[in-house]
Formats: sequence, C-alpha cells, structure tokens
Amino acid sequence: MRVDADRLLIDSPHERQIIRFPWWVLLLASLLAVLFQIYVPATFRFLNFLEMPLLLVVYFPLMWRRQILGTTFGCALGLFQDTLSHHPIGMFGIAKTLVGYFTATVGMRFEVDHWAVRFLLVLFFFSFHRVFYWVLSNSVLHIPLELDLGRMAISGLLNAVVGIFLFNILDRTRESA
Amino acid sequence: METLLTRYRGVLVLVLILAAQLVMLGVQVRNQQDIRLVRVWAISAVTPLAMILDGAKSAVTDAVEGYVDLRSARKDNVALKSQVDTLRRQNEFLKAELATADRADRLLEFKQRIPSRTIAARIIGTNAAPSSQVVFVDRGASDGLVSGMAVINGTGVVGRVLDAYPNTAQVMLITDPSFAMGVISQKGRVVGTLRGLGQRRCMVDYVESHLVVEKDEWFYSSGDDRVFPRGLPIGPVVSVAQGNAFQDIYVEPAAMQRGLDEVLIVLEAVHQTVPPVATEAIPPLAPAPEKTLEELPEVSMGETSATPPAEGAAGANAAGVPPGSNATGTATPAQTHTPPARSPLATDADRLLDRYRRIGQSQNHPFGGGSVGTPPPDFNRAPAPPGAGTAATDATTTEPAVAGPAVTGTAATGTGTTGATLPGVRGTGAPAAAPAGASANTTIRSTPAPSPAAPVKAAPVKTAAPNQR
Repeated sequence: MRVDADRLLIDSPHERQIIRFPWWVLLLASLLAVLFQIYVPATFRFLNFLEMPLLLVVYFPLMWRRQILGTTFGCALGLFQDTLSHHPIGMFGIAKTLVGYFTATVGMRFEVDHWAVRFLLVLFFFSFHRVFYWVLSNSVLHIPLELDLGRMAISGLLNAVVGIFLFNILDRTRESA
Repeated sequence: METLLTRYRGVLVLVLILAAQLVMLGVQVRNQQDIRLVRVWAISAVTPLAMILDGAKSAVTDAVEGYVDLRSARKDNVALKSQVDTLRRQNEFLKAELATADRADRLLEFKQRIPSRTIAARIIGTNAAPSSQVVFVDRGASDGLVSGMAVINGTGVVGRVLDAYPNTAQVMLITDPSFAMGVISQKGRVVGTLRGLGQRRCMVDYVESHLVVEKDEWFYSSGDDRVFPRGLPIGPVVSVAQGNAFQDIYVEPAAMQRGLDEVLIVLEAVHQTVPPVATEAIPPLAPAPEKTLEELPEVSMGETSATPPAEGAAGANAAGVPPGSNATGTATPAQTHTPPARSPLATDADRLLDRYRRIGQSQNHPFGGGSVGTPPPDFNRAPAPPGAGTAATDATTTEPAVAGPAVTGTAATGTGTTGATLPGVRGTGAPAAAPAGASANTTIRSTPAPSPAAPVKAAPVKTAAPNQR
C-alpha cells in the first residue's frame, strides 16, 4: 500500500504497516551507536552533539509501532549505555524507556516514513530526553547539570538532520511482513 | 479485567520497567554502591569491538593522513623543484658573476704587479673564420690601442693587437698560426721564436739541437721582439724532440688554458726579469720592473750598452747549470736573486743596435749622415771597444758579458729573429747578434727572421733607434 507523502496522519489502523528488522541489524546498530557515542567524540570533538543511541531509540520503536517492544528496546539500549558511563545505572535507561514508549505510541498515529515527521520527532524527543535526564540528575543524583536551552536546540536540530539521513539508511535494512 | 490489562499492556510494561529502574537507581544512590559486575560484562563485551574499530580508525586515519601528506608532498615536491631550478639558475648566475669578479680581481692584482701600463679589456667576439685565432675586444683606438700592442692576462701572454678600430680591436691570439714572438727559457735562457700552430700548443722554433731545454721548463717573453716586454710567462714545455737542425719544442700557453674573458692590453711595455727557477708550478712574475721602453734612452752614437747580470749567468746555463747556481752547481743566494742591472740595453736588439753603432763609430761611418754612394761600414770587422764611445760609456758593460742564451755559443744562430723586428735593423741584411767574443771574421748566420712577427708594427714600443740608418 502506497502512502501519500503529504499525509502525516494515518486515517485507519489498516494503514499501519508492520515493519520488521533482522535481529543482527538491531544488535549491530545498537552496538555501533553506543561505541560511536563513547569513542568517536573522543577523537572528533565536534561530533559530541550526536546522540546516536537516542536516534535508534526513536527510529526502531517508531517503525515497530509497538509500545512494549519500543519500551523494552529503549530500556535495553539505555541500560547498556549506562553500563559504559560513570553514572549510576538507570539514568539513560529510564529516559530512553520513556522515549521508546512514546515514539512507539506516536508511530501508531503518524506516517513514520515522512521526513518531516521524523525530523520533528527527533527534535522533540531529543529535547525531551535531554530535559528528562537533567531532571533525573538534579532530583535523584543531586548532580547540578547545566541546561543550556540554546545549545540543546541547536543539538536537537543537528540530530534531526543526521537522523533523517540515518533513518534513510536504516530503512534499507527493514523487511516488510 | 483481562481486557483492561490487554488494553493498557503497554503502559503497564512501561510502569513496571520504570519502577524497576527507579528502584535500582535508588538503591545505587542510597547505598553509594555501583553494580560493578554489569559494567564489567558490558565493558568486556564492548572492548574487543572497540579495539577493532580503533584499529580500523587508526588505519583509515593513517591512510588519509598519508594521502594528504602525499598530496602535500607532491605539491611540495613540485614547489621545491621549481625552487631548486630557480636557485640553480641563480647559483649559476652568481657563480658566473663570482668567476668574473675573481678574474677581475686576479687581473687587477696582476695589473698592479706588472710594471707595464695596461688597460683592461673584455673579449666580446671571435673571428668568423673557424681556423683563425683572432678575437675582438671592447677597447679600441679611442682607448689608446694601436696595432702591435701586447695582450696579456694574469697567466701569461694572450696575443697582440692586430688592428685597432675606434671602439674595438682585433687581437691575434698566441695560438694563431701567423703569430710569433721572441721567447726565452727559464732555466737555460735559451732564446727562440714562439709560433702559433692553430691549436692549443705553440712551437718554439729556431732552438739549436745542442741547447738544453727541459720538459716542464717555462718559457718567458724575451722582449727581443720589441712588442712584448721581457719576463711575461708563456707556458711550460710539454714536449721536446730533436729535429733536423733545430729542436721541436712545444709549449702549452698558460694564458689559453682557462679560456679567455678579460685581458690586459699593454699600452706601455716595461721589461721585467725572467724569474729564476722556482718550485712553484706556475712561476711567479718578475716583481721588479726595469725601465719602460719609453724610458729607455734614445740610443745614439756613442752610447754603450749595459748587460743584465742575469744574462751573464747564461754561460753556466749553457753548461747545463741552472740559473741561480754557480759553475760548481752550488746555489748562491746572491746569484739566485741578483737583480739584473738596470740597463737601457736590455734586449738583444738593443745590443745589436749598439754593436752596429760602435762598428760604424770605429769606421767613422755616420749612420744616416753619409752622402749617396757612401759605402756602408764593414759589419764583419770588430767594433770599437765600448770605452771608445762617448763620455757616457759604461765601462762595466762589456759584450762578453752578453752571453745570453741565444748568444752563448750560438754564433751560427744569432738573434736575427728578434733583430729583424727592429725597423732600423731590418733593412741592413746584417747578421743578427754577434756572439760573445766572436771575432770580426766570424760568420754569423742569420736565422730566418720570424716572418709572422713581421706584421708587428711595434707601435706601442718606442724603439730606441728607428732612424739609425
């Protein structure tokens, strides 16, 4: 079924296309995203604005359109990222669990192949993730992180742009049922 | 209830997961305790892949950097090559300039060392004829050049001015086949005539077979030709061979070895001494000047000649004793470095002229004063003794002392080669130079005059007695 590119909302549940990905794509993409987050900015400091695990947590639940799957994926990737950080385990887990859940929910209502939907969702969830992480740090860990809204907005835009290209690449790996 | 759970299954899972994580987080924060085991597992799982990625990254980075370096190296290479070319051209130019400056320095030094008055000139062209050894210099008649002037450089004789034009002059090189000049060897004081052969070497002609000329011995200008001042180095002997009547002696002109660029043209020639044999490969130029040819007094009837002491040692030279040694072969500084007497009759031509003058004096024959039909004096008769001249006669200058190389035991040879260049003598048909102690009846065979030297007009040299006859 072909969807008009100008349509952003799905009219009926019949239009919900079930999209699946090979398991190795999930595994490899998650691993590379976390490694990228750890090692690449150490060499190329200008790339430290990228939040590759978050982009995956936005993309896959958005494609799956399944809340439980999205929640689980977000939780797993967040916890994996936590294990490689110096913060207590659960900070990224909680934030990304929420992101996974909400993106899967949004995916049920929006046409997820549209570049504008993807751009706005990445921009929104990037900000959400950053704010929620800031809240957790300040409230639970009592670590006074600085929240630079301007910097956050710019980073969100850049991640959205990168996300569009990344999602297009990942689109090639999906297998339709 | 089941429907409710099914409907809110997602939310329920979310709440459960969040609650579990919050509990875990709370426990960690409260106990200040990390879940180390999980981190170890995660890091252990990630590290190999990270190392592989790091290796790949290093390889890619190195390759990129190598490529970038290679590109920059190529650029640098091109730029450096261009720079090297530029610097090489500059270097060649500067070398040429330096060489010119060196030559100019040497020429200037040489000019200051020699007593003759000279003018520097640059060679600006060669003759169109391939076989001709003639060059053009950038000095001409406006600079005082006249044909016949000697041309030298720091290492020796170059040639002579063939013709002088307003702003340029033709110089016949020493290697030209029509070039000739009087030369004298350094050791044996053997006099001969140097002739060009059209090649690198020149030939010293008219040296009799019994005279000793060694290889590597230097020849100097003898001054007998009245063109080149005495004492200018010509070059070393490169080969000596016995010919039929005369030796075949070949000399390599030193002035022509390094190419020609700048030269000196002798405006006023001053005789120098032929230096004694030294150990240097290139013999030094004689430091002490004698009198300029212009300073030479006009030889007139009644004047006597003085003989340079250096020539007096030629008797020993003829016996194979090098100059600067006495008859026993023991070198004496006084003999080695004895400066020659300051004689106005420094050349064989002067002495010849003086001899003719005394012959005429003894036979009461006034040269140039007799009427038409007056018989010439008998040149075979012995001349009047030197003291019989004017009051200015120098008693110390006796002819036997004039035992010069060409004269020493060379009665048959004489020095007609040089005498012939004298305008006043040329027409006499008389023998050249009487040998020392030769009797009046001695037959002096006049060697063929150096016909190549005939073009020499001897303009720069004010000869002593052009109108003697």
